[in-house]
Amino acid sequence: MMQNITITKESDARGSFCPGPLMELIRQVRLAQVGDVIAVISSDDGSKKDIPAWIAKAKQEFLGMEEIGGATRFICRKIK
Amino acid sequence: MKQIVVLGGGTGGTLVANLLAKKLKSKEAHITLVSASNRHLYQPGWLYVPFGRQDPRTLSRPMASLLRKRVKLVIGKASQLDTESQQISLEDGQSLHYDYLVIATGSQVAPEDVPGFSEGAQHFYTEEASFKLHAALEEFRGGKIVVGVGGLPYKCPVAPLEFTFLLDEYLTHRRIRDKTEIIYTFPLNRVFSIESVAEVAQPLLEQRGVTIETFFNLEEVVPEEKLARSLEGTELNYDLLIMVPPHRGAKFLQGHPIADEQGWVKTDRSTLEVKGCSNVWALGDTTDLPISKAGSTAHFEAPVIVERLAARLRGANNDQIPEEYEGHVMCFLETGYGKASMLNFDYSHAPEVAEPSHLVHYEKMVFNKAYWYLVPTGVL
Repeated sequence: MMQNITITKESDARGSFCPGPLMELIRQVRLAQVGDVIAVISSDDGSKKDIPAWIAKAKQEFLGMEEIGGATRFICRKIK
Repeated sequence: MKQIVVLGGGTGGTLVANLLAKKLKSKEAHITLVSASNRHLYQPGWLYVPFGRQDPRTLSRPMASLLRKRVKLVIGKASQLDTESQQISLEDGQSLHYDYLVIATGSQVAPEDVPGFSEGAQHFYTEEASFKLHAALEEFRGGKIVVGVGGLPYKCPVAPLEFTFLLDEYLTHRRIRDKTEIIYTFPLNRVFSIESVAEVAQPLLEQRGVTIETFFNLEEVVPEEKLARSLEGTELNYDLLIMVPPHRGAKFLQGHPIADEQGWVKTDRSTLEVKGCSNVWALGDTTDLPISKAGSTAHFEAPVIVERLAARLRGANNDQIPEEYEGHVMCFLETGYGKASMLNFDYSHAPEVAEPSHLVHYEKMVFNKAYWYLVPTGVL
C-alpha cells in the first residue's frame, strides 16, 4: 500500500524530543495544501500512539506507518 | 584574506563571531557581524516583564560592547542573499562579499499568520508585547484567562508552561486567583511535548486549579466575540487571551532556495551546514531542524560551526573534521513560588526532569544576570 503513495513533504524528526515529531507533523499539515501527503520520521515509540490520535482528532487521513531502520515513518494526507 | 560574514546579532551570531575571533589569527580572516539592531536582546527575560518582575530596560546591551575588537560590526538588515556570487545585500544598499557565511538571523513573531491574533491576543515574545501585557494584567480584575501556543514552530518551548505557573502565583499574590479561571492549552495530547516533563507539569497544573485543554492548535481568534477557535474544532471564550504567536524565519529567507516557505534554513542536523552550500552554516532559531528554538540550542551549536569553519578555512575536507552537533539543549523550567527545574537532553538522550527546587530557581536568576558576561562572549 505504502509503495503507491507519493509523499509531498517529509520531515526527519529522529532524536527530536522537543518540540518532537508530532509538533513537526502538525506544523507541516498546517502549511500543506488539501490533498498533500505529509510524512514524518520518528524514533520515539510514543509517536505510535500520539500521531494517529492527533490525525483522528484533527479529522485528517492516516495513511499508515512503516518501520525504517530503527525508526518509524508516519504518513498522513491533508483532507480539509 | 578570507572574508567571514556572520548574519545576526542574537546569541548564536554574537557567540560565533567572538569564538571565531578567538580561534583564528588576524591574518587568516576578516570577521564581519551584520546585526539588524545595535542592541543585543536577552529574550528569556521577557517572561518576567508581564508580572512586573523584570524591568525591560535591563534586557538589552549595545552590540558593540559584547563583541571582540577585531569583529567588524555592521548595523543593517539583510535583504538578499546570493549563494552563487557569495554576496549579501542589505536594505540600505550596502553589499558584502563572503567566502564563508554563518546565518544566525533567528526567528520573528508572525501574529498575522493567525486571523484575529493581533487584535484579540496578547503575548510576551517581544519587548513591546511583554510590556503591553504587563499593563493588561495590572488592569485585570478577574475572569477567564486562556494561555497557550498560537502557532508552530515557536521559540522557547517551555515558556507557555512557565508563564502559566508564574501567572497563578501573580494572581494569588494579588488575591484575585479565586476570581480567575486559568485555561492552559497545548497543541498535543498532553501538557508538554516531552512525556517526562508533562508527567511533572500536569500534576502541578492540577494542584493549582488550572484547567487543561489539550489538542488545541489555534486556528482563529474572533476578538468581537472573545473567542479562540482551534484546528480541532474546540472553541474557548476568554476575557484575556495570552498565546505564543507563530514564528517565521527572517523575511529575506522566506521562499529563498536554501529555506522553506516560512524562511527556516535547510540545515544538516550534525554538521550544521546549509544543504547545498558547503561554505554556509546556520544555527539557532534560523534552521529547519525540528529541535528546540532556544538560546541554549545556539549556544551548543556555535562551537561546532566555529571548529568546522576554521578547519575548512585551513584546508581540511569535511570528512576530516570530527566535530558534530549532537542535539544538546539545556533549559530551565520555572514552576512558580520560587522553584524551578532543569532539562538537559540531546538527540540520543531524553531529558530526565528533576523535582523543582529553590536551588535551580536561584541558578536561573543568577544565569539571567550573568548571561552578558558568560554567553555571548564565549566564556561559558
